[in-house]
Amino acid sequence: MTGRKARWMTRWTTGGRPGDRPGEQPGEGRGDLPDDRPGRRPGRPGGRLNAGLLAGGALVGLVALAAVASFFWTPHDPTLVDAAQRLREPGGGYLLGADKFGRDTFSQLMVGARTTLYVGVVAVGIAAVLGAPLGVIAGMTPRGWLSELIMRVNDLVFAFPALLLAVMLGAVYGPGTLTAMIAIGVATVPAFARVARAATLQVMVTDYILAARAAGRRRPAIAVRHVLPNIASVLIVQASVSFAIAILAEAALSFLGFGTRPPIPSWGRMLQESQELLFSTPRLALWPGLAIALAVLGFNLLGDGLRDFLDPRLRRIRAEG
Amino acid sequence: MTPPNPGPAGAAAPYLVKRVAVLLASTAVAAVAVFAFMALLPGDPAEIALGVNATPEAVAELRRQFGTDRPPAVRFLDWFGGLLQGDFGTSYVTSAPIGPQIADRLGVTVVLVAGGMAVALALAVPLGTFAAVHHRNPLGAAISAVSQIGIAVPAFLAGILLVFVFAVRAQALPSGGYVPLADGPGEWLRHLLMPWLSLGLVQGAVLTRYVRSAVLDVMREDYLRTARAKGRGSTGALWRHGLRNASIPVVTVLGLQLATLLIGAVVVERVFVLPGLGDLLLSGVAGRDLLLVQGVVMVLVAAVLLINFVVDVAYHLLDPRLR
Repeated sequence: MTGRKARWMTRWTTGGRPGDRPGEQPGEGRGDLPDDRPGRRPGRPGGRLNAGLLAGGALVGLVALAAVASFFWTPHDPTLVDAAQRLREPGGGYLLGADKFGRDTFSQLMVGARTTLYVGVVAVGIAAVLGAPLGVIAGMTPRGWLSELIMRVNDLVFAFPALLLAVMLGAVYGPGTLTAMIAIGVATVPAFARVARAATLQVMVTDYILAARAAGRRRPAIAVRHVLPNIASVLIVQASVSFAIAILAEAALSFLGFGTRPPIPSWGRMLQESQELLFSTPRLALWPGLAIALAVLGFNLLGDGLRDFLDPRLRRIRAEG
Repeated sequence: MTPPNPGPAGAAAPYLVKRVAVLLASTAVAAVAVFAFMALLPGDPAEIALGVNATPEAVAELRRQFGTDRPPAVRFLDWFGGLLQGDFGTSYVTSAPIGPQIADRLGVTVVLVAGGMAVALALAVPLGTFAAVHHRNPLGAAISAVSQIGIAVPAFLAGILLVFVFAVRAQALPSGGYVPLADGPGEWLRHLLMPWLSLGLVQGAVLTRYVRSAVLDVMREDYLRTARAKGRGSTGALWRHGLRNASIPVVTVLGLQLATLLIGAVVVERVFVLPGLGDLLLSGVAGRDLLLVQGVVMVLVAAVLLINFVVDVAYHLLDPRLR
């Protein structure tokens, strides 16, 4: 039985859905089936730096660089309203021009990168910290009532997309960065839990877990010392893919006015503000749109690239070859 | 002696019963969650409606009218019982019944989502199959690359780009607004074309990758090789034996995408100023009409649960290995 088939069989026998597989996004439908690319087949070397990893890393690095740099320097104050520079064309210190309030677009993009990464890190952090342990617990006791409860609650949370959660939170507590981060984080928990559970189920049937059990190790120790290190790569890939989705969600929320509040710049709100000026000044929509697309593309490529890079099966094949 | 084969319907029946029970239970639990979140919050609708200068007597009287003086459990059963009969209650803010407003807006959202799905399928099935069959040549690889870029574009950004191209530059389509079907199918279509495309192009890009994966997986299966060995051409073998098997993972993703489209529609309605559920939801939030928000959220969550249910059942029926 090939490795690919073995995975599919695991899926049938555990009653999982495609979203259970590492790196795949249930609900969001973003991501890819892990084993479809030609490079995944035995015989082609994996586990080395691949084009996707490098391109994704470069794009993510660019966003991170802009975000870090914005703490120390931006060409102009991104929140400074300056009537004299209203809708200023690009040039003369205003690299990408200025918006209807005379705020420098380039500076706003830089600080917007900070907002994007901040929301992404916190949201993915919430999802990982809650979702991964729940998934491991569910995967280590697949027949127990606790596992059943976790997966049922998971399915329920899954029915509340980030946008709905954010709108509910916003309606009650007032919209803002915090409610957006919490909503995106909580909505992403099921993805992490499913992936962690599926990976744990695979790890639990290995000989080293059997050996650890035979040696009398307790479950928490097995979870921390044997399961977590072995599913870490899957979780890292999931984090990268979830980050891309968090960026999309944050942009959509800011676009609707449920994300970061003015005057703090965010790419989604820049797009929303640009919409009324689409007929006269389309470049105002171009730049934040491009920033969102490149950041999402970067994290998606990084996730795919990491999957190829970290996949232990490919590493083994390479060692044998 | 082998046990009698119960046949597809007989085998599916217990599963269906169980799955329907899960659907009903999760809808009820979701209703509790939505209610607990929205209705048990600080902030008394009666106090909000009357303002700070209201006398305690007036507030108590309005509370009685709203029914918010009753215990939460009673209020929940009242609300949930109403939901089952299509009664979503009466807004504390506008005093208008909420059910008819939702019914009014539901049609626009359903048409939007259905059209978006149709665009996505029309794109993804041929392109994904083509990319899989020709995965070794540049055109197949190009489709994969373009779909990767498409995934990175959120629907509202696609909408803005489409407005720029078709409304600003070409001036061929209206940049927003809605015309009911009754006022002329031509205008109706013109107003919906871009919203459909903005939802469908992005989801189509996502779906293309899944279709490609599924067809690639199937192409490597032994039964397809057997079919070819029996003398079927590779296209014929794929048609007859491959597509049903390839459709299993795709149907699952399709369902998940339908849920994504529903939520994407909320944003796209805002881009194109369409009077759908999303627009109702956002105006409810803006007007602090919590009962309206509660009702719309419940409809959307129930829709997501229902979609998941249909997907699971379809999955089960398509794949005999699960029986």
